[in-house]
Amino acid sequence: MKDIKYAIVGIMFGIVFVKAEIISWFRIQEMFHLHSFFMYGVIGSAVMVGMLSIFIIKKLKMKTIDGVPIALEDKKYHKGLIFGGLIFGFGWAITGACPGPLYAQIGSGFTIVIVTLLSATAGTWVYGKLQDKLPH
Amino acid sequence: MNILEFIKQPWPWYVAGPLIGLTVPTLLIIGNKAFGLSSSLRHICASCVPADIPLFNYDWKKESWNLFFVAGITIGGFLAATFLDNPNPVEVAPATATLLNSYGITDFNDLLPAQVFNWENLFTMRGLIFFVIGGFMIGFGTRYANGCTSGHSITGLSNLQWPSLVATIAFMVGGFISANFFVPLIFKLF
Repeated sequence: MKDIKYAIVGIMFGIVFVKAEIISWFRIQEMFHLHSFFMYGVIGSAVMVGMLSIFIIKKLKMKTIDGVPIALEDKKYHKGLIFGGLIFGFGWAITGACPGPLYAQIGSGFTIVIVTLLSATAGTWVYGKLQDKLPH
Repeated sequence: MNILEFIKQPWPWYVAGPLIGLTVPTLLIIGNKAFGLSSSLRHICASCVPADIPLFNYDWKKESWNLFFVAGITIGGFLAATFLDNPNPVEVAPATATLLNSYGITDFNDLLPAQVFNWENLFTMRGLIFFVIGGFMIGFGTRYANGCTSGHSITGLSNLQWPSLVATIAFMVGGFISANFFVPLIFKLF
């Protein structure tokens, strides 16, 4: 199973999410009331490490372990980044989760979040259904 | 203090942030995969109910790594909560705790307030908003924005993509509006 390695990275990632209490609904409220530096520190240091890593990967023209040249797609701008971004932000503060933490919240025992995940899937589906009618 | 007790404490941001940042090169090096988690919702739609919608008609099996990744996150959440559980209440800034007390939230024992996130609340207005509507906005908004905190705010910003900066600012503005106006209103009304 070639995909098992991604599950292993996911497990490590899920442990970090829970142990740093990033999946905590309380952390998200702290962040959006500017009561704590914690989440800004997490996101800021993650971006610094990510940026440095991608810089090195590009500079050294690194390849994957299978010898494939590493390439990242560019993100395209459209108005949906703003409209969709705001809608996601509304949901983020209410649920205390972005898509990744939803899975870790369920794993950590909050089974009610299964409902949130199903509803998020429904939201993605409805976006797909309405895609060509929405401003982009 | 032994190692296990040390690990069981809440991890500081300067440990968690760099570990999350390292996910970006790890996924690139092990398989040329761009770190992003909202895609998993799209793959679930594509595999279960594609319904002739162009967004969901692609070979999702080629993207199955992403579903293994989120399955791993779920297992990781279980392992951390089961074997590395912090016996103390979660960390909450005093100002946030005072504010939440005014909403009626007094239980800070778990990562989510048990007074809101429980099955008994499912068929109440509060449950409808926190689980159903909140979840819907996550799924709809992230796909409309073509990414979430991981795809835009971490991978996109790390790759110096200005559209990701626009998306990240929109996420934050939405979050500030929601936490400061919507969340207090929900607790007041329901």
